[in-house]
Amino acid sequence: MFSETLKLAAQAILRNPMRSSLTVLGIVIGVAAVIAMVTIGNGTTAKVTAELGKLGSNMLFVMPGQFGPGRASTQAKSFTSRDVSVVRNQIAGIRAVAPVAQSSATIIFGGESRSSSVVGTTADYLIVRSWQVVAGRGFLEAEERGSAVCMIGDTIKTELFGSTDALGQRIRVGKISCEVIGVLSKKGQSGMGTDQDDTVIVPLRAFQRRIAGNSDIGTIMVAARDGVSTTKVQGDLERLMRERRRITAGEDDDFSVNDMTQIAETMSGTTTILTGLLGAVAAVSLLVGGIGIMNIMLVSVTERTREIGIRLAIGALERQVLTQFLVEATVLALFGGIVGILLGLGLAYAVGVYLDVPFVTSPAIILVAFAFSALIGTGFGYFPARQAARLNPIEALRHE
Amino acid sequence: MAVDISSHPLIEFRTVTKVYGSGEAEVRALAGVDLLVERGAFVAIMGPSGSGKSTAMNIMGCLDVPSSGEYLFQGVPTRELDQDERALLRRHMLGFVFQGFNLLARTTAIENVALPLIYRGMPEDERRRRSLHALEQVGLADRAQHTPAKLSGGQQQRVAIARAIVTSPIVLLADEPTGNLDTSISREIMNIITRLNRDEGLTVIMVTHEEDIAAYARRVIRFVDGKIESDRQQEPAGVL
Repeated sequence: MFSETLKLAAQAILRNPMRSSLTVLGIVIGVAAVIAMVTIGNGTTAKVTAELGKLGSNMLFVMPGQFGPGRASTQAKSFTSRDVSVVRNQIAGIRAVAPVAQSSATIIFGGESRSSSVVGTTADYLIVRSWQVVAGRGFLEAEERGSAVCMIGDTIKTELFGSTDALGQRIRVGKISCEVIGVLSKKGQSGMGTDQDDTVIVPLRAFQRRIAGNSDIGTIMVAARDGVSTTKVQGDLERLMRERRRITAGEDDDFSVNDMTQIAETMSGTTTILTGLLGAVAAVSLLVGGIGIMNIMLVSVTERTREIGIRLAIGALERQVLTQFLVEATVLALFGGIVGILLGLGLAYAVGVYLDVPFVTSPAIILVAFAFSALIGTGFGYFPARQAARLNPIEALRHE
Repeated sequence: MAVDISSHPLIEFRTVTKVYGSGEAEVRALAGVDLLVERGAFVAIMGPSGSGKSTAMNIMGCLDVPSSGEYLFQGVPTRELDQDERALLRRHMLGFVFQGFNLLARTTAIENVALPLIYRGMPEDERRRRSLHALEQVGLADRAQHTPAKLSGGQQQRVAIARAIVTSPIVLLADEPTGNLDTSISREIMNIITRLNRDEGLTVIMVTHEEDIAAYARRVIRFVDGKIESDRQQEPAGVL
């Protein structure tokens, strides 16, 4: 008997293609919107987190001033080379320490020029950043005293030299001319969206003397050794720097020590809000889809009430009629739900490819969207039918 | 139902009343009706609108229940039947034809006819065979695959008759079967019904307000104000 009911339901669905497809459409739109938006939102979050992770997860940044929400950076004094060597000698569990001074400068070679980031640092910088030299070599100890040499990022290599060999060539970095001794591996975009490969690296001394004209160090980057807790290293660094900068107890730090996870958390907090927003928009679409389903179901009640009257008059039991309607509504809801899920995932995938965002699905959202639509579809298909089936068949037949 | 059905009249009303609404709005559609209908009868129920003729018919068809009094179908008091049992009684004993045809839209003639058989759980092959036979009886076998929208009113009513007789019921209940049809088509429908009564022994109870339609019956019962005003046997105007 159940297979007959299924057949009856299938017939009713197929004989009313307009009603059926509009119902399915409502569910499809609702489910697809929610799934697409939340999936894209999740992907964005995952991407930002992954990009930040590229910078190195066991890396700590010591910077003058305080950063973070609600705190303007103060005019705190920069670090010195002395700070760097004290960190290197007194902090346990660190693999490498690199002082970093940074600015931007015009880079010129031949007829080409571009404005790029210039970093003054030591050979340890590459270790801290896990950056490889793909051609040539890094700084020699002798060069670190201030030679006019440089390593260039992948973007600079491509833009200024194309396919020709950059090694041994002299490029102009701001006011100085320096020899290219190394080409770095491609690193891609940073979590903040800047091109990390659009960088020239020169020895710190050369940067300070010939480009910046002072001996300031903007950031000290510290890489903890594998297996060493960054939290402990962070605490040690904070204590050491307070001591060195003569900050008395109770006074606020005029520097900050952050690791990548903390920066990542700030960033992913932003994208979580974004995901929430997309989710809210999607919830509205789900609601609109649901109202659409209700409308279609309620509009067809008159016709269906007569149909129920006919079926009851010729000897159908109330429960047979109800089972048919329930099966009908469920089949439509399931079909719409499945199409909606596929469409939503497909949409999210396509947008993901276009925006270069990874495809991160959330089974919970798929389930919620599906359950909600299925519930609306089934509920609004079933309850009017139940009302009608309780009528006296004669009243149902007279229903206008 | 351990009742010897042959010793009982097919349909028996014992002071049946039917009251709709309550208080000021109370309407007494049937005011204590006693009635017997034997197997094989062809009864026309007539009367002005509001006289209770349709109510009587709905009670006979177990589509409605009396407010008081007793309706016995083959000696079985229907008062004791619940909703499902009344549905089963309709399914196995009764066939309905309505003024408004009441076919399922967008559903072919043969599928409409087969509908009652589906609820009986009959296998598809047999359903098909019997439905086609019923359509032959009303002369519409060649329209089996047409949907109601592609059939004339008379053809639709013939499909409805086929649907009513496909289950081989004991009683055919027809509520103004020709109410929506013009004279020549009405005659065609009445000929089919007469033939079913005469040749197949099908008991026919038909509500109508047209004298020339009632003329096909062998017994005419007139209702006025919820009561039987007259109940006469007559020579039917049946055709061949």
